[in-house]
Amino acid sequence: MQFGIMSVSDITRDPVTGHTPSEAERIDAIKQIAVKAEEVGLDVFAIGEHHNPPFFSSSPTTLLAHIGALTERLILTTSTTLITTNDPVRIAEEYAMLQHLTKGRMDLMLGRGNTAPVYPWFGQDIRQGLPLALENYNLLHRLWREDVVDWEGNFRGPLQGFTSTPRPLDDVPPFVWHGSIRTPEIAEQAAYYGNGYFANNIFWPKEHYKRLIDFYRRRFEAHGHGAQKEAIVGLGGQAFIAKSSQAARDQFRPYFNEAPVYGNGPRMEDFEEMTPLSVGSPQEVIDKTLTFREAFGDYQRQLFLIDHAGLPLSIVLEQLELLGGEVVPVLRKELDAKREPGTAEAPTHAGLVKAKYGDAEPRQPRPNANRGDNVTGGSPYQDSESSVAAYPSM
Amino acid sequence: MTTETYNLVTVSAGVSDPSSTRLLADRATQRAVAILESRGHSVTVSSIDLRELLPELPQALSSQLMGPRFTQAIERLQAADGIIAAAPVYKAAASGLLTSFLQVLDNDLLIGKPVILAATAGTARHALVVDGEMRALFAYLRALPVPTGLFASTEDWTDKALGTRIDRAATELAILVESGFARKVRDDSWARYQHEYGSAGGTELGIDLDSDMMRLATGGSLRDGSHEPFDLRDS
Repeated sequence: MQFGIMSVSDITRDPVTGHTPSEAERIDAIKQIAVKAEEVGLDVFAIGEHHNPPFFSSSPTTLLAHIGALTERLILTTSTTLITTNDPVRIAEEYAMLQHLTKGRMDLMLGRGNTAPVYPWFGQDIRQGLPLALENYNLLHRLWREDVVDWEGNFRGPLQGFTSTPRPLDDVPPFVWHGSIRTPEIAEQAAYYGNGYFANNIFWPKEHYKRLIDFYRRRFEAHGHGAQKEAIVGLGGQAFIAKSSQAARDQFRPYFNEAPVYGNGPRMEDFEEMTPLSVGSPQEVIDKTLTFREAFGDYQRQLFLIDHAGLPLSIVLEQLELLGGEVVPVLRKELDAKREPGTAEAPTHAGLVKAKYGDAEPRQPRPNANRGDNVTGGSPYQDSESSVAAYPSM
Repeated sequence: MTTETYNLVTVSAGVSDPSSTRLLADRATQRAVAILESRGHSVTVSSIDLRELLPELPQALSSQLMGPRFTQAIERLQAADGIIAAAPVYKAAASGLLTSFLQVLDNDLLIGKPVILAATAGTARHALVVDGEMRALFAYLRALPVPTGLFASTEDWTDKALGTRIDRAATELAILVESGFARKVRDDSWARYQHEYGSAGGTELGIDLDSDMMRLATGGSLRDGSHEPFDLRDS
């Protein structure tokens, strides 16, 4: 079981002090938050992707590569990578590069993005969001698994003899989570490929997410990847922790009340009752988080949202101390004790290498000498058979 | 004729107590009950007083979070065989309480359900709110408003013609309820309507795995194979 934090990358005015951080301050803060996450013993750091103010994270692989250099253990991932407005060819290249630089300490979560104006900035149309996401992933999946890809689809130019470089580290593609909160097709795609499924678990009652997670588990089994309990599930969640319940409420309330998305709407207490949000002492947050397992079954990754809504860096770092120091150690122990035998391990590069090669050496692709294109020959790598006969040389 | 038990649900957006909007809705409901009973059926009636949902309205509008009263109201509407919906007219439009309530419902909650539309106002100049605005709103929800709309301004309460119209609307509702139209649509034609995942009556009947999108989700293509340049099936 992996525990971590996920950031939306919002730059929001602090409603208590009135201070709005500059982009420079917030980007500097997120590095400190990620480093702290490792320091307090968390396993995962996730960053979102946005292409409009007030968000800073337009380029997640650049940020994650930098954090990768500052850390040693932390798994770096996204929440989410836009599978709609990014060219899947660029995703394949950029994340494979990140995988090499972090020595496999990364994966990624794919999402569609729900901001309509962003789509045309990248030449796309939100009304085609679902087929775009599905088709783009079908291509991404092949780009990481086939050295040479011929492909034709509806949303980007065709590929002839294309090789995405670098090939994935150890020729093992990065693990992929498909994030969705209401689209059975996305859960079906995750199940079909045997990938992970992630529910953000923030805005709605858990019954809403449960329907989709149960569907994903059933379909994971139907597609032959293992029993339902072997499916790989990740969950979000939102917590604010203080030594006492009352202190947590008092401190978080002004941020809750003006938070983007749900601010100026429900009362904090009502929102806590109806959604996975927990505001309270470490024990209260532990108790609420343990209810997720009861609702969704054993799962592999828990990410908390803790740096949003204008919370200043000092408070976020305190939150990390409490999360890593008092909440997560108890959750690890309790969830391990309750875990049903035979459930999947949380995905890591080492685990995927082991699954693919056993004790054998992983493949290390070495390119053939440059010939200017990939179209006329077979494999561009030394260790692969040429699938097409080479032209006779003159 | 077989004997059935039908659920009628009254939705009233009146805010005063007593409310003439509620009164109009209740009169229509009582008449519909009487007609259905005279035709040998039994009827249960429940009423949704939208004023009581007001504390939960902000979160429903801003975050699609349904509180316990909203949830109960939605469950009642889901089980309804016929609906009587009534609103006061404010500023030349049906009250925002009714329209806000309807706007947060799932689009497929009321498909095919017969509805009596009713409005009250201080002046007859607002009479077209029922057949202009409210009828369009329920048409969007693909509900089935009965042909006779009910409107009562101050002078109508002393005119027995209002009672005649109530009787006519109630009769229309009773006949439509008795026809079982909404249930038959649900049983025979549900997949032909657009549904959101987890919505009122869409996907709990099962997720369709045999669609273009599901084929694309499982590695398929949207492109028609016969147009592939090297497809040998044509030769």
